[in-house]
Amino acid sequence: MPENSASMTEKIQKIGSEPDVAAAVRKWRKKRGSLIMVLHEIQNSRGYVPREVALYLSRELGTPLASIYEALTFYHYFKLEPPGKAVISVCTGTACYLKGSQAVVDEFSREIGAAVGASTEDKMFHLQCVRCVGCCGLAPVAIVNGKTYGRLTPADVKKIVQEWRDHFKDDPA
Amino acid sequence: MPKVNLNEIRERKRAEAERFQARLFVCASTGCIASGCKAVMAAIESGLASHSLDKDIQVVPTGCMGLCSHGPLIRVEVKGRQPVLYVEMNDMLARLVVAEHLEPAIRRPDSFPGVPDFLLSHTISLDTPFFTEQVKVVLANSGRIVPESIDDYIADGGYQGLEQALTRMKPEEVIREILQSGLRGRGGGGFPTGRKWELTSKIQGPEKFIICNGDEGDPGAYMDRSVLEGNPHAVIEGMLIAGYAIGATSGWFYVRAEYPLAVERLDKAIKAARRYNLLGKDIMGRGVDLDLDIRLGAGAFVCGEETALIASIEGKRGNPTPRPPYPAVKGLWGMPSCVNNVETLANVPTIIKRGGAWFASMGTEKSKGTKVFALTGKVRHSGLIEVPMGISLRRIVESIGGGTATGKKIKAVQTGGPSGGVIPDRELDLPVCYDELKKLGSIMGSGGMIVMDEDDDMVDIAKFYLGFTVDESCGKCSPCRIGGKQLLILMEKIAAGRGDPEDLENLGRLATAMKRASLCGLGQTAPNPVLSTLNFFLDEYRARLRKPEEMGA
Repeated sequence: MPENSASMTEKIQKIGSEPDVAAAVRKWRKKRGSLIMVLHEIQNSRGYVPREVALYLSRELGTPLASIYEALTFYHYFKLEPPGKAVISVCTGTACYLKGSQAVVDEFSREIGAAVGASTEDKMFHLQCVRCVGCCGLAPVAIVNGKTYGRLTPADVKKIVQEWRDHFKDDPA
Repeated sequence: MPKVNLNEIRERKRAEAERFQARLFVCASTGCIASGCKAVMAAIESGLASHSLDKDIQVVPTGCMGLCSHGPLIRVEVKGRQPVLYVEMNDMLARLVVAEHLEPAIRRPDSFPGVPDFLLSHTISLDTPFFTEQVKVVLANSGRIVPESIDDYIADGGYQGLEQALTRMKPEEVIREILQSGLRGRGGGGFPTGRKWELTSKIQGPEKFIICNGDEGDPGAYMDRSVLEGNPHAVIEGMLIAGYAIGATSGWFYVRAEYPLAVERLDKAIKAARRYNLLGKDIMGRGVDLDLDIRLGAGAFVCGEETALIASIEGKRGNPTPRPPYPAVKGLWGMPSCVNNVETLANVPTIIKRGGAWFASMGTEKSKGTKVFALTGKVRHSGLIEVPMGISLRRIVESIGGGTATGKKIKAVQTGGPSGGVIPDRELDLPVCYDELKKLGSIMGSGGMIVMDEDDDMVDIAKFYLGFTVDESCGKCSPCRIGGKQLLILMEKIAAGRGDPEDLENLGRLATAMKRASLCGLGQTAPNPVLSTLNFFLDEYRARLRKPEEMGA
């Protein structure tokens, strides 16, 4: 759908009135150095930055859309597509690497059936590697939706995946 | 706004502490939270309540205590007794500590024999080298105070440095003190902090900024995170003193988004400081205006480079720009700016309080004071440590770290992360300081220190780091963008056993060219892990090369 069509304009308008978007714009509009902060708020509330939101921000903040996408695509933290409900971040910092994080990554990938950087088809899981979460004393480490698992071995993976399957079982995609 | 009376707060806190029979410190840093300290904390609180001890014992949730590999940690300090450190706690053990240690120690002090036998295996002596060989300046309060409590910080002497600077020193006197201390940038570069301040103080502009670099990107290091989590007010105080010295009109924290707890505690600390008029307009009634704000990174290693960091605050891609002009002349929004690392700033309040000469009395000729390291990898006591500059790597690894956890021989210690190099076992008597590490092809770096044993493959390690920097290259300059990728292709070829002798030569040549020609620190140092492993472990590379009989196959 072309972005200048009437229905798109309506869609952009509508998303701008949603609470998280409205609050982020209200909070940061008048401040300096705010673009990345606004994008963080959207990423945190939605798990990614939808195109309509980027278009709305461009209009409201007076920032060219290209500048917004320049930031969105440069920084690893931002996602352009909705990730799975349980985001598995396996630390691949040095300490974790030395203690076998690769085997843990591979096992997660096998267990959920999605590659690194991808989500499962049912949008239940998203697997990603992150560079050092600063828990090196507990290496290797993985974080799922904010919960940290330390001293992992591939044998722990099945249980963690099951834990999150159970967590979301009453909440179909 | 009323002027905050630091003395009054100190007295009040002292009187408060007097009322308690014992204090119980529970580490509540990211590492210990991951180990389960929240359940431990809940068990302690319910245990104290059920023994009616909650009025007699103060529970202090603290920042990092250092021994991260053995968390959750509890330190018990009963009046008139030696402190005890409990390790690897869980909720059940924590209840036992309350019932079998605290309860008898307080209710029946005369008949209390000490830590019961069955809990002894969960203690570590505070007389072990891990604790006794450390010297804490930056981490002095971390693990002793509630990080979010400004009163706790003030009670331990906090904001005295700021008070002293504002009431008794001119900005140039503050700079002189820092110059005299010999403090150098703790982010890795090692530029003299006093010189940076002096340069920025002389440049005029409608606005001027002090910026704190908390974009700790070395994968395997978490010093800055721990300082921000464990003692955020020290960094704020350092920022304020720095801002006063250079004449800043506002200050900016740039912190990794991957450190949510650090950001949360820093944010609370800024608000508390504002309430006490230690931040904002007319600070402490001395006519100085300075406010601080936080901006987050978004997962780009290159943003630790100061010009890329500035671009990122401005909302742009984190592309570095050539220096000069240095940020001191043309920085954030084109204004004169001074970028200092978290640990650098956390040193400042103590230097002002105790004097530059005191700080300069620690360390070596050119590297003064202490340095915080994240000691990790195959070491027994993995965690956060602070040591005087000049201590040997061997003492850090073998004495403080307790050698390898695997019982295997140490092969090498890596410092400086993806910008650093490996120091082989035979060189471990080297004193830790900026210049000696550089001589061996590594760098001090921000403080990652990774211990590797015989099982670790040096070719793989170099490839790992290179993979990281190739991922993180911003792509602006070709030596880094293309050079890094080509180096990685060569490394992958060698690691896969398909390398030829001339590949080793090309590795060295390419790495050297990339080092010389890259625009910023990322590209200039990215080849270091390759060069240093080539230098010290050439045999391992040779062993991976294609065998002559496979040639032409």
